[in-house]
Amino acid sequence: MIRTPRIPVISPFFFQVGEAGLVAGRTFRALFQRPFEKRNFVLQLEDIGVRSLPVVSLTAAFGGLVFGLQAYIGFHKYVGSGTEVYSGSIIAVGLAKELIPILVGLMLAGRVGSSMAAEIGTMKITEQVDALTSLGADPIKHLVAPRMLASFIMFPMLTLYGDIIGTFCGFAYNIFGMGVNRAIYLRNTLFYTRIWDIGIGLIKASVFGIVVAIIGSWQGLRAEGGAEGVGLATTRAVVIASIIILILNFFLSKALPN
Amino acid sequence: MIRIVGLHKDFGGKAVLRGVNLEIARGEIMVVIGQSGSGKSVLLKHLIGLLAPDRGEIYIDGREVTCLPRQARLGVARRFGYLFQGAALFDSLTVAENVAFGLERYTAYDRNEIRRIVTESLERVGLRGVEDLMPQELSGGMKKRVGLARAIAYRPEIILYDEPSTGIDPIRADSINDLILQLKREMEVTSVVITHDMVSTFKLADRVAMLYEGRIVEVGTPAEIRASANGVVQQFIHGRATGPITDY
Repeated sequence: MIRTPRIPVISPFFFQVGEAGLVAGRTFRALFQRPFEKRNFVLQLEDIGVRSLPVVSLTAAFGGLVFGLQAYIGFHKYVGSGTEVYSGSIIAVGLAKELIPILVGLMLAGRVGSSMAAEIGTMKITEQVDALTSLGADPIKHLVAPRMLASFIMFPMLTLYGDIIGTFCGFAYNIFGMGVNRAIYLRNTLFYTRIWDIGIGLIKASVFGIVVAIIGSWQGLRAEGGAEGVGLATTRAVVIASIIILILNFFLSKALPN
Repeated sequence: MIRIVGLHKDFGGKAVLRGVNLEIARGEIMVVIGQSGSGKSVLLKHLIGLLAPDRGEIYIDGREVTCLPRQARLGVARRFGYLFQGAALFDSLTVAENVAFGLERYTAYDRNEIRRIVTESLERVGLRGVEDLMPQELSGGMKKRVGLARAIAYRPEIILYDEPSTGIDPIRADSINDLILQLKREMEVTSVVITHDMVSTFKLADRVAMLYEGRIVEVGTPAEIRASANGVVQQFIHGRATGPITDY
């Protein structure tokens, strides 16, 4: 439940930032309160994780293919014929650190964030959120905390899965499509790709997971006025989460040790 | 048992409650009447903590509850049952899971005991064999009764009814009224009913309170309300289009 503020609001922007921050704070606190909403958590793991596999597979596969294509062209055209064997490391590191976390974050902001806003928003306007409170259950703990924890876990898992698919597709394009030497390509890929490069992408994905869940749930909880309100909440959830992901990605890339 | 003192609430500059004062005794059925949009539901939501007042206090058994921290307020909410106007059943859960919701989380009952209480609560509201149905498969009247079963399952001390007879046919509405009276007799609960249905009001009420322009303008037994000299009350209970109430 989000209470109406009693003080004059200086700026709607700061008010909304504060409101989202409040939801995030309460959600973190709710993670440590009993009873743990195990059933909801498992359902969310399935919804966020398993049901996102097709979209992540497609996104990562074509991300890997296009990255493989551009890396091949770049080496072939500007460095010289035969240097394409070095593209493997660029593809693997580029995908793991930047492209896959961003693609997964944005795709899931669309798929998962919107569904969270729509589901919680519908519960809000049909008084189901009030019904939770009337039964002594905290809506933040019951609805938001399991979604945030599941996103925090599943976003990096899906990113790791996307890393594998994307890297393989980049590999397949270069080796099977363009006839690059497989042994040297693989040696370069393994030599220049560090576990930490993958770790950076996974850390980013975890943060994106928290952002998508909090923004989606927050927008759902503030939905008002029927179907139009739910639609608005859904759109806002996707737009706000996507913008935050793009901004955060830059700062995380800057802040995390390379 | 419940004492409301000087309750004020406004939404976006519109004052909905402007100093509500009301006392509800243990075990009585208090029916709050008033026009649509007069703030009856807002008043009810303050009692259970769904809304926080701008000013004023609510005492339950002498304890002021509006300033309690969030978790303590939720603890107070567990003393209440709430029948929502649209039933507000959780649409991702079966009927049995809806009724068992509070029991599973906040009581120490084992699974068999919970199942027994769920069946008993459903039977108490006249429903059998619906445990495994989803809310979407129920009619409006059945939803309302499941909502009532959910509200009474963990034996609350106070039940709040938000327009219990709205949206269902008169026969179903009367059966819900009978249920409310039965629950009062059998479970000795304190009940607050908000409605603008006069038949239900006079059938149910131990006392009636009329909410008008954000304040309680009259409180009394059904006989006292019928005999009230207040023009607003007379116009409302007789459903006249002419009288002191003009903003409809």
